[in-house]
Amino acid sequence: MMLEIQELSASYGDLPALRQVSLKADAGKIVALIGPNGAGKTTLLRTIVGLHRPTAGAVLLDGKPLHHIPAHQIIEHGIALVPEGRRLFGGMTVLENLQVGAYSERARKVQAQAFKQVFEIFPVLAERRDSLARTLSGGMQQMLAIGRALVASPRILLLDEPSLGLAPIMVQNIFTVVQRINRDGTTVFLVEQNARTALELAHDAYILEQGRIVGHNSAAAMLKDEQVRQAYLGYGGKAEG
Amino acid sequence: MQTIIQNLVFGLFVGSIYGIGALGLSLVFGVLKLLNVAHGEFVMIGAYACYWIFVGLGIDPFLSLVIVLPLMFGLGLIFNTLLFEPLTRLETETKIRNSLLVSFGLGLVLQNGAQLWWTGDERSVQTSYAGLGFNIGGVVFPYTRLATFALTLIAIFALWFLLQHTRLGKAIRATAEDWEAATQAGINIRWIYLVTFGLGVACAGIAGVLLAVTFGFQPNIGFVWTLKALIVVVLAGTGSVFGAFPAGLLLGLAEAVSGLTIGADYREVVGLLLFLTVLLVRPQGLFGKE
Ligand SMILES: Nc1ncnc2c1ncn2[C@@H]1O[C@H](COP(=O)(O)OP(=O)(O)O)[C@@H](O)[C@H]1O
Ligand SMILES: [Mg+2]
Repeated sequence: MMLEIQELSASYGDLPALRQVSLKADAGKIVALIGPNGAGKTTLLRTIVGLHRPTAGAVLLDGKPLHHIPAHQIIEHGIALVPEGRRLFGGMTVLENLQVGAYSERARKVQAQAFKQVFEIFPVLAERRDSLARTLSGGMQQMLAIGRALVASPRILLLDEPSLGLAPIMVQNIFTVVQRINRDGTTVFLVEQNARTALELAHDAYILEQGRIVGHNSAAAMLKDEQVRQAYLGYGGKAEG
Repeated sequence: MQTIIQNLVFGLFVGSIYGIGALGLSLVFGVLKLLNVAHGEFVMIGAYACYWIFVGLGIDPFLSLVIVLPLMFGLGLIFNTLLFEPLTRLETETKIRNSLLVSFGLGLVLQNGAQLWWTGDERSVQTSYAGLGFNIGGVVFPYTRLATFALTLIAIFALWFLLQHTRLGKAIRATAEDWEAATQAGINIRWIYLVTFGLGVACAGIAGVLLAVTFGFQPNIGFVWTLKALIVVVLAGTGSVFGAFPAGLLLGLAEAVSGLTIGADYREVVGLLLFLTVLLVRPQGLFGKE
């Protein structure tokens, strides 16, 4: 067992965004979290990495609580976030973005090797290393966002809607990479609205609605679940016949 | 003709001081997202530091930078910790508003403190080589002014190198662009804010030293220097830290031209006109991106 969320609650002012969310991501797995817009998925990830403070509950890494750790030290514990909307340093080059990604002590220990690995996964980043990040296409920006997280060689990679705004072919590309990263030994916690692809990829899945976990099963089982199919996979019960 | 060129040359020299002063303000604004209107008071303190080191220890004003720079950097660290650090946790808009209040108060305190300790007497730093220089076709290039210009270039190159090519500099730029993403990468942004504020005050210190060898000064000069720095920052565009230098030169030139045409009394007005024109015609500044 690796990442565990226990009864986590968070809010914006008086408005609750997470209500006693509990879930687990076992080491070596891909765990998907799906749910509609506004369900609280981004809030959950931001709370895990210390950018948002919970009102109750705990985030545990290998049983040790994380939520009192300052946000900038989360990466030292091996948790890296690829944020929603990528959040690259647009005025800096591809290489500089990766160098900033490798700022932490953890990253500095493995820097040369991690850079090599990232350029191997995304050869196009090596080709465009001197381009400003903001001049890249959406797909390449997503690759860079993932690369920036990977250079710290995280134990667990949190991805917030990596397929958002990408062409279908690029979505496939990104998910293939996610699978590969997972095979190389990194645990993946994948937040997606693109539920079908996420479930096809994941081992385990949770459903978040209005700040609550309303479903948990193996991803394979969820793909077959009639309710999930209707709500998230775009099968109207009748049209499907 | 000679008078005109002479005025323009002096305008450029003075403009280089505006440039390095404004650079500090721009850097702090760009990274911490707060506006320090006590920046001019730090310029004033830099000038007095240079003066007292010159008078008290007999150290050459340009050499005094070796002492003044770390001194001002340290002063920046102290004031950031005491006054500005608590603001950095606020939302951007509240932060800017509160930073205006805090730094306005700080400026008043510094000015009155200087008045009390150092009196309102006008001071100036008169080196033995103050009057020397060379002459090209009737246009005078005093050594002090040339050294001033050279020092601003060196300072700007050093800062550019720091920001562009060091680990710390990249962390500063990343924090300026997106502090949350920077935090995720392991950057302690409170530390970055601290160092950046120190650098900004150090820039004010350089401007102060160079001002001390160029003009006479009093404790109340801070306001004008803050104003000039603000004008230069807007001219350059708030996103363009290094645009502050050419924009500073431009302001120096514009003031020189106005001195020639409508009289030196209206120098400040010309700066403000330039400021308003740029705001109206090109709000992103001369060197800023849309
Ligand atoms: N910065 C914020 N301030 C106030 N409310 C917010 C903020 N961010 C998100 N919310 C609200 O919290 C809820 C969850 O949002 P979010 O975590 O972004 O959901 P998701 O990522 O699943 O789309 C939504 O109702 C949203 O409106
Ligand atoms: Mg979201």
